Amino acid sequence: MSKSWVNSRVQSLQPSGIRKFFDIVAQMQDVVSLGVGEPDFPTPWHVREEGIYVLEKGMTTYTSNAGLLELRREVSRFLAEQYGLEYRAEDQILITIGASEAIDLAMRTVLEPGDEVLIPEPSFVSYAPCAILAGGVPVAVTTTEETEFRLTPDALEKAITEKAKVLVLPYPNNPTGAILERSDLEALAKVICKHDLLVVSDEIYSELTYGTKHVSIASLPGMAQRTIVINGFSKAFSMTGWRLGYAAGDSEIIAGMTKVHQFTIMCSPTVSQYAAIEALRNGMESVKKMRNEYDLRRRFVVHGFRQMGLECFEPKGAFYVFPSIKSLGLSSEEFCSRLLQEEKVAVVPGTAFGSCGEGYIRCSYAYSLSNLEKALTRIGRFVKRMRQQS
Amino acid sequence: MERKLLEILERNSRISLEQLAAVLEISEAEVAELMAKLEQDRVVLGYHAVIDWEKANRELVTALIEVKVTPQRGLGFDNIAERIYQYPEVTSVFLMSGGFDLTVIIEGKTMKDVAMFVSQKLAPMEGVQSTATHFVLKKYKQEGFIFGPDTKDQRAAIWL
Repeated sequence: MSKSWVNSRVQSLQPSGIRKFFDIVAQMQDVVSLGVGEPDFPTPWHVREEGIYVLEKGMTTYTSNAGLLELRREVSRFLAEQYGLEYRAEDQILITIGASEAIDLAMRTVLEPGDEVLIPEPSFVSYAPCAILAGGVPVAVTTTEETEFRLTPDALEKAITEKAKVLVLPYPNNPTGAILERSDLEALAKVICKHDLLVVSDEIYSELTYGTKHVSIASLPGMAQRTIVINGFSKAFSMTGWRLGYAAGDSEIIAGMTKVHQFTIMCSPTVSQYAAIEALRNGMESVKKMRNEYDLRRRFVVHGFRQMGLECFEPKGAFYVFPSIKSLGLSSEEFCSRLLQEEKVAVVPGTAFGSCGEGYIRCSYAYSLSNLEKALTRIGRFVKRMRQQS
Repeated sequence: MERKLLEILERNSRISLEQLAAVLEISEAEVAELMAKLEQDRVVLGYHAVIDWEKANRELVTALIEVKVTPQRGLGFDNIAERIYQYPEVTSVFLMSGGFDLTVIIEGKTMKDVAMFVSQKLAPMEGVQSTATHFVLKKYKQEGFIFGPDTKDQRAAIWL
């Protein structure tokens, strides 16, 4: 066997187990998809227009490493107004390439080799690999439908060892749509403080909650200094391709993260930064419109799955539903690949988000109502057939 | 609730009762009752389709006519507006601020149809001082809908 140039850490990263399934989806024609984790709305026109203006003016140089101060000021104001958070633009906010980079920076900045990173699951796929690449050890903490996929103080307490250093808090949650409310956060905060953990709070879906306003754990007394708040423009302002996010936290941590950012990235894309200023200044009406539209679709889809006789936990955030397919006697992956083959509908197996996602599928409702209706009709047909067969 | 229903209907009046019930979280019977009431109260005036007639190969000329009128004592502009909107070829009539009084939108088969309507019916009408007719050359967007092909979903079929 010839020697591999790829280091063992990278080799150890699992190529997402469902990669094969993804490849099949990519090759298929005329698939009705509920598989996408990004908004279907184009970026609001006034924001795109600002991007065009900036390009016309030739404002295409680097910005300061931490990002345009003007943008950091807007982020600071936004966090204060929306979530009651107080972070100084000058030294407590860093503009990153999407929330994704902020997750990576946070891990690389705070972890020592062997430090444990607690990750509630099911959750987004980046946390564990970022922790591993930074020398940390990911520890999955299972959440269940019985507790509405909320991380419970009990489950957290049980997962903590002496090596535990960081808790990732991925709420509102992709893929379950779960949220944490103030009382949940207060109970968790006690455990967090008792064991002196640092929280990496991924709040990228914070503007997409339904019927209740998002609460950031950093807004609780004493928590701001031990929390890195991560957020961005992708979901709220429908700006995924602009690749822009930010981290806010204690000035020492942010200075550390800025150092890593400076040596790897230099600065976030300038055009995107100017567009983001416009989004924060004048985009809240668009956010509200999109949120209302998602909410409508959310009810429609939950209703649709329940009509099929599938248990479907009511998601209060993000734009996913996570119905249970346990009653059909198929594994998540079997369900998804057969649904794809037989009805040409693409959804994501719950296991893509952690082994405890077995028995569930993730369906995005970032699609038009007519697309959702078409998909639900096909899934309904499929479910009926599976029931008859079993 | 009423407001929400109206906002949904304004964008898509073909949404089924079942879907409305699901998204408003009330029963189908309640939705039907609410809609009947809104129709009865003339809050909902009607339901229609937005059609690209050019694509459907139907000759159709649309014109916007600026009309200056003499308001009548006690009746203002209402009386004359009513006399204008009774014509079936008139699709919209708005009272305007500024340099003229009424915007009249009219549809006809040909430009000649429209010209005839203006010269023979509208302009000679008592109280009408002057008219200025503007023909629509191309429609880009109407009632929130953009003319032309549907924009394709550019997203990958699966993304985590």
